[in-house]
Amino acid sequence: METLLDLRDAFFNLDIILRASPILISGFWMTLKLILTVVPLGLLGGLIVALLYTVPSRAVRWPLIVYVDLFRAFPPLVLLVFIYAGLPFAGYEISAFAAVSLGFFLNTSSYYGEILRAGIESIPRGQVEAARSTGLSKWQAMTWVVLPQAVRNVLPDLISNTLEVAKLTSLASVVALPELLFQARQAQSLTFNATPIMAAAIVYFVLLWPLVRLLSRLEHRMIASH
Amino acid sequence: MNPASPAAAMTNWQAFLFTFFDAKTMATYAPKIAQGFLLTVELAILIVISGLALGLFLAVVRSFRIRPLNWLIVFAVDLFRALPPLVIIVFFYFGLPVVGLGFEGFTTTWLALTLVLAAFAEEIFWAGILAVPKGQWEAARSTGLGFLGTLGWVVLPQAIRMTIPPLTNRTIAITKGTALGSVVAVAEILSTAQSAMAESANPSPLTLGAIAYIILFVPVVIAGRWIETRFAWKR
Repeated sequence: METLLDLRDAFFNLDIILRASPILISGFWMTLKLILTVVPLGLLGGLIVALLYTVPSRAVRWPLIVYVDLFRAFPPLVLLVFIYAGLPFAGYEISAFAAVSLGFFLNTSSYYGEILRAGIESIPRGQVEAARSTGLSKWQAMTWVVLPQAVRNVLPDLISNTLEVAKLTSLASVVALPELLFQARQAQSLTFNATPIMAAAIVYFVLLWPLVRLLSRLEHRMIASH
Repeated sequence: MNPASPAAAMTNWQAFLFTFFDAKTMATYAPKIAQGFLLTVELAILIVISGLALGLFLAVVRSFRIRPLNWLIVFAVDLFRALPPLVIIVFFYFGLPVVGLGFEGFTTTWLALTLVLAAFAEEIFWAGILAVPKGQWEAARSTGLGFLGTLGWVVLPQAIRMTIPPLTNRTIAITKGTALGSVVAVAEILSTAQSAMAESANPSPLTLGAIAYIILFVPVVIAGRWIETRFAWKR
């Protein structure tokens, strides 16, 4: 019984949760803001990468492959630290939010780009030819015929990557951006109690668990249809 | 200490080289970063071995279809898929000591990333096991093989083959998480590069660190690309 009470005081301390809640809530909003910045930016970048892949020219293709492989090889945290700590030496002062946005854009646009490319390549050429023969232009065929099917084909991968991007935002705490994890660490070091970190973990879980469940279902449905 | 002052008389290009590719600073810190490189490799290998082994073990346990046990596995898997790895590391490192369960940074990072990889691997292995047609089970059982024999000799070899492409990508992504060890004082590449940068007031060690990551992970990413196409054909 006593150890249970100790555990409660250490991880589920109501008094501390009440004191820490204002900064935890502000951290939550910052995390949400980050997700809503990084995901659309990354998707847009990834779409551009995937569309450029369809250009039948080596001069376009090779730089793209280098871009995608390079930024998939770099751990996102390394990219972030490099931008945040390195750029000021080159004379560019950059805010933590801008550093995070830029670093994660390079990383996530590479991943989204690879996924969308695979999606576009999964659509048979005949589809484009049929669309073109009805009088649609190249871009119209891409926008109205290829992309909708491509996105549907790789939807589980897109959702899976979005989940990873959402989790990635916690790295922003390393460059002192006051998002959820950073605020939880602040509260923890002020109170010498692990409750704020537990609270942050629960918030992340509640926020992202629906995505995990959805993914699990989609993955199993894909296997069942094999 | 102002990095701009010695560079003031140089052209921009020279200044850039001096700032990010200073040979003297690089030579000074190269041995330390090489040590960090080895530690990163060691940590990554340990995570891959223990994470994949635990994931496979959990998938095998799940195939016995013992309800309460499976609920537990599904919950644990969901938990470690939903939580950001850095949150898990921070929780283990700063939270657990409160109840007298302290690990050092290396063990913390290893444990956290092992659990994350195990969660993803269990999900992938389990999907692979389910994808093996029921007839394979029945045929193997009718030859007199037991449940474990069927699983080990007939089902798993086929299942694992199918799981290689997604598993490779996931494993690469998670081993890149070793950089998170820098947050809990593991002297891997990023953290040695950062402290060298602070010591020398020059970002060249960071460039060196970036090069170390390129040497380590670009071949892995390219190999992953190759494995993906290679095994995709055989499906």
